Amino acid sequence: MRLSRDKNSFKISVGPVHPALKEPIQLNCLIAGEKIKSVDFELSQAHRGIEWIATRRNPIQILYLAERICGICNICHTISFCTAVEKIAGIEVPARAQYVRTMGAELERIHSHLLWAGVAAHELGFDSAMHYTWKAREKVLDVIELLSGNRITKGIPTIGGVRRDFEEKNHAKIIEAVEYYRSVFGKLKAIFLDDPVIKSRTKDIGVLTKKDALTLCAVGPTARASGIARDVRQDEPYAAYPDFGLKAITPDQLTGEIKGDVFDRIVVRLLEVAQSADILEFCVKNMPGGKIVYEEKPIKLLAQLKGVHGEATGRLEAPRGEVFHYVKLVGEESPYSWKVKPPTYSNLLPWIPMLEGEQVADIPIIAASIDPCMSCCNRAVVAENNENVLNHDMLHRLSVEKTENIRGQLA
Amino acid sequence: MNAKNLVRAMQKKLGSKIKEVRIDNAVHKAKKKYTIPSVWLTIEKEGLRPFVRELCILHPAPHFVVISGYQVGSSIELIYHFSLNYAKQFSELAVNVKIVLSSEKPAIPTITDFILGALVSERETQEMLGVKVEGIPDGRRLFLPKNFPKKKFPWRRDKTGVGNMVRDLHRVKK
Repeated sequence: MRLSRDKNSFKISVGPVHPALKEPIQLNCLIAGEKIKSVDFELSQAHRGIEWIATRRNPIQILYLAERICGICNICHTISFCTAVEKIAGIEVPARAQYVRTMGAELERIHSHLLWAGVAAHELGFDSAMHYTWKAREKVLDVIELLSGNRITKGIPTIGGVRRDFEEKNHAKIIEAVEYYRSVFGKLKAIFLDDPVIKSRTKDIGVLTKKDALTLCAVGPTARASGIARDVRQDEPYAAYPDFGLKAITPDQLTGEIKGDVFDRIVVRLLEVAQSADILEFCVKNMPGGKIVYEEKPIKLLAQLKGVHGEATGRLEAPRGEVFHYVKLVGEESPYSWKVKPPTYSNLLPWIPMLEGEQVADIPIIAASIDPCMSCCNRAVVAENNENVLNHDMLHRLSVEKTENIRGQLA
Repeated sequence: MNAKNLVRAMQKKLGSKIKEVRIDNAVHKAKKKYTIPSVWLTIEKEGLRPFVRELCILHPAPHFVVISGYQVGSSIELIYHFSLNYAKQFSELAVNVKIVLSSEKPAIPTITDFILGALVSERETQEMLGVKVEGIPDGRRLFLPKNFPKKKFPWRRDKTGVGNMVRDLHRVKK
């Protein structure tokens, strides 16, 4: 929203590099003393134009382009694009491939949520908790490397299935990771949910009411923490989720209440790590045999897609929320139109009610609490020279000082 | 509210403003098999606000997803993507509404007074396709930089598109 300044307030720019996740977004805050009065955000100065590039590539090439939309939740974009194309062409994905896709997506969710938890701990000044969380994250990255050959981008999904199987000989390693995450869950819960200092820094901070979350169309853990049990894996299940019968996680399942604050967003993400472990175990135990792809030869597949007309959408639940792809094919080599809606796109407006009325030192943790992904949503920002800019170090110092004060008071 | 009831209710409300109706039933199969319905409507520009108003009556809080859009010849097609019946297992209904505009001075009314969450997408539609959103509460650019040429719209396919800018990068004046 446009900021209108009066003589009792002044404007500070947080960014251009995001204070929490070191990603490019600028938050312009109008403050009166320590209190944030209103908030505006500025996005791109370097839009990558991925959708435009895609209208000059064939669907197989787009798989790799889609995977590079986001450095964290990359498999979600690929599966979403594949789903849309499969719907248009009437391609049936083999059941085994659906299970491989599900496992890839859940491994990604664990690593994304733990990455976020580490960043949140760092922003609050708990660097030992950050290192512990990121040490735990290494386990899932090792499993992804074993299964796909890469630690982050996987190159697994393709149109009509998956390129690589998650073979039975590797299932023991997946189960080992599942057991590991169950064993560290208690400690993560104790660090993030039982610590009185973290509670003081996150409870009743950055509140997003259910009404605001609905009006502003929030998605993912941000919406679920405000009490909207919306999860694409439950509402319109894809891949192997119909077999699992997932139920969306809301914070009241653990705490008995829903406040929609930063604490509730931590609760949802931690519970989802445990849920992902359950889904992985289910997939390993119930994985069907058979083919992994509808058509093995990409040239033959491309020839088939070249004759296809139609439009469809692909939706799925990425770690940060709903990913949506719209694809229109008109019988040419490249799609006529491709629109990507990442989760952060929907979670930008909810930032405004979360930040308004809070303190400057709370900006990093509130901004980080939606788990913003600017590589999905936006690219880079340049600050104007005449603006007051709070850079990452200054803001981080403010946040850590606030934690130290609270720790001193509680000691 | 299922797909057929929604279409019936909208036809009753909008009458001839609805030009085309399609209900897609995609079959999803893993071990279990189920059908995912989605509604595709083509409506006149004047029907957009009555449509969204009716959607907000039929459902307490319709989820707005995004506006996608592209140019075909001398017309611009916008598709508003919504979803209903969320937060229940196997029940979500995707509703996609297409509006065809002329590429000469295209304009569309805002829907942010019904669903404020549409603001980001309306700002994007304005800057990417050059479609004027009438009544938008905040019409500034969002994704494009401030120094991007004013008459260039990246999603257009005519001379106002960015094809030449990409090909002749050395000639681009900011």
